[in-house]
Amino acid sequence: MQLKKMTTALAASLLLTLPMSAAQAKDTGYIFVSSENDNAVTVLDGKTYTVVKTIPTGERPRDMKLSSDREKIFVIASNSERIDIIDIAKLEVVGSIEVGEDPEMFDFSKDGSKVYVSNEDDGEVSVVDIAKNEIVAKIEVGEEPEGVMMSPDGTHLYVTSEVANMVHVIDPATNEIFANVVVGNRPRRFASTPDGSEIWVTNELGGAVTILDGKTNEIKGTVAFAPKGFRAEDVTPVGITMTGDGKTAYVTLGRANHFAVVDVASREVKDYVLVGQRAWGATLSRDESRLVIVNGLSDDISIVDTASNKVTRSVPVGRVPHTAVIDD
Amino acid sequence: MGVTLSSNPLEKVCPMPIHIVVRRLWAHVAALLAVFMFSLPVVAAETIRFGFLELAKDARFDEKRLFFRTLSRPLGDPFAGAEVAMREARFVGQALGVSFALERLRGKDAAELLTQLDKLAAEGVRYFLVNAPASVVTELAQAAKGRELLLFNVSAADDVLRQEQCQANLYHTLPNHSMQSDAMAQFLVANKWRDVLLLEGPLPDDKLIAAAFEASAKRFGLKIVAKRSFVLSNDPRQREQGNVGLLTTGSDYDVVYVADSDGEFARGVPYQTVRPRPVVGSEGLVAEAWHWAWERHGAPQLSGRLEKQAGRRMASMDWAAWVAVKAVVESVVRTNNADFATVVAYLGGDEITIDGFKGNRLDFRPWDRQLRQPILLATHNRVVERAPIAGFLHQTNNMDTLGFDQRDSRCKP
Repeated sequence: MQLKKMTTALAASLLLTLPMSAAQAKDTGYIFVSSENDNAVTVLDGKTYTVVKTIPTGERPRDMKLSSDREKIFVIASNSERIDIIDIAKLEVVGSIEVGEDPEMFDFSKDGSKVYVSNEDDGEVSVVDIAKNEIVAKIEVGEEPEGVMMSPDGTHLYVTSEVANMVHVIDPATNEIFANVVVGNRPRRFASTPDGSEIWVTNELGGAVTILDGKTNEIKGTVAFAPKGFRAEDVTPVGITMTGDGKTAYVTLGRANHFAVVDVASREVKDYVLVGQRAWGATLSRDESRLVIVNGLSDDISIVDTASNKVTRSVPVGRVPHTAVIDD
Repeated sequence: MGVTLSSNPLEKVCPMPIHIVVRRLWAHVAALLAVFMFSLPVVAAETIRFGFLELAKDARFDEKRLFFRTLSRPLGDPFAGAEVAMREARFVGQALGVSFALERLRGKDAAELLTQLDKLAAEGVRYFLVNAPASVVTELAQAAKGRELLLFNVSAADDVLRQEQCQANLYHTLPNHSMQSDAMAQFLVANKWRDVLLLEGPLPDDKLIAAAFEASAKRFGLKIVAKRSFVLSNDPRQREQGNVGLLTTGSDYDVVYVADSDGEFARGVPYQTVRPRPVVGSEGLVAEAWHWAWERHGAPQLSGRLEKQAGRRMASMDWAAWVAVKAVVESVVRTNNADFATVVAYLGGDEITIDGFKGNRLDFRPWDRQLRQPILLATHNRVVERAPIAGFLHQTNNMDTLGFDQRDSRCKP
């Protein structure tokens, strides 16, 4: 009880005070990588790729995102059932928010005041008020919710259920479900075109991306992947990211140890690029010149030059890396 | 007369600790509630019903013996696995405008179960999970022949059910003996533990397990240096067969394979062998459909749901019951709840993708309707390896290096 109050107060005060005190921390160029089995986030220099610091976090850190002011990093600590907040200037955890049982991934509300967290064990999405450090609502969804994404305009929240093979389209204003859309098998993560008109969702077991119409919630296309030399069962798409102009999508193919470069308009796969083992996470630098792919089973990340789609470096990080965030 | 257990949760076949009884009671209340919720009419929604048929007294789930927790034996009745799958189906059902219901039916023998099956079939129930030994499965499958029914064998590993006694509408979600022993053989070959001492028990099922392993040894090039029969006895006149030390002397071997369907002898073999050699088969390292320590592909979440449901850990038969329901739900969803023939064609076809939480896309072998699947090689608290093991290749699907490939099939329904 006491502890909870204290962390609440701490989180609240952080929100109020941090934006100013951390102003000088902007654009460090650092690459932050969460490692599930190390209970830590590894911080790499963005130019030399040497380790700047290893920041201890709660247990099993997974999904990470930059706060809207880009001064903090929110990292899910699944087994500690909380989000830890890393201050980029200090390179340490400066607060925590409790987010319910077995949290996996999350996204922010449009105004940044709330986080929506998938609770894998409970078949729920927790809506957490960051300032209050309190779960203000729970939305029941299919079993094993995973990917969470707020639409660019903040009016639609998308959540995958790995077990129900569904995308839940939720109204964040009411926390009611607009629609349940059956997609491919074991849907994992999302990307959106900048206008929100197309929602791309990876299907790990289906080996494809399903494209939803952001307005009608209907399926308007699929992208299948067939890298050379791999059987269909080894193609397991999980991570996805899209360029700011909505023209190119990068999809990691898990067991196939490749990622795909997809032309969004034509749905055509332009290239397959070899990376490390069980490639999941995919993060673009702000100028989109570099792509960081996180390889969960080879404990490293691949740095990709997006102009040539060539891997320029592979950099060892912690054990079972999950997500990369670039502060640039 | 058979008993519908969900309507009589107090009907118990044997005593058990009170906390388990209470937990069980809750499970039944939950099941009743679940059935009630699943069948709530949402604008005259259709209810797709599953019958779960099992023996009132099944020695395999004898609570007095489950406490051993022998690695290769079930940890409890697999009904809980089907219950977990029903919960998972809620959302998809809603989206489709159908609901799913699960009914548990018990009988003292195959004849009573058949009466139950006929009664439900007359009410329009098409899908049945059969939790019974092979002889009962065979009788029920015979009776279901040619009818608009699907039977899923969730707990009999006997090879013969996939071979000579196969049936067109009998599907198998539990791996059979030869799939298990092929997985183990691959593991031994990969480790270069090629010389095997085979210990075989006196029970008919022990012989089946040993025969399957001998076939796997031949298939993958292992050498069985000796095959010895054991008995579970302290009789000094039988000490050559009852004493693990005496059974494991003689010429050298890399590993001991124990074929013990009962498990009580097998659990006494590790650390009693004359030579310091690993024990595999029915103890030490086992080849199973599921193990609670499997931690990839969402497995901890599934095992967690089963633990919440049943108050115990998850094992192979639970997984088999769970995945049988999943396969039907998947087929109903992807065919948009089409007619029975279309659903069955989809279920048995090559388009289906069943998510078994083992990393691969699962489907049924068209030649014997056995679910293709990876096999987990597990100790008491760790999954050491997943077969098919890297390097064991098949021209179309590597999972067909486990068990009966098309050319090995003697199934002619």
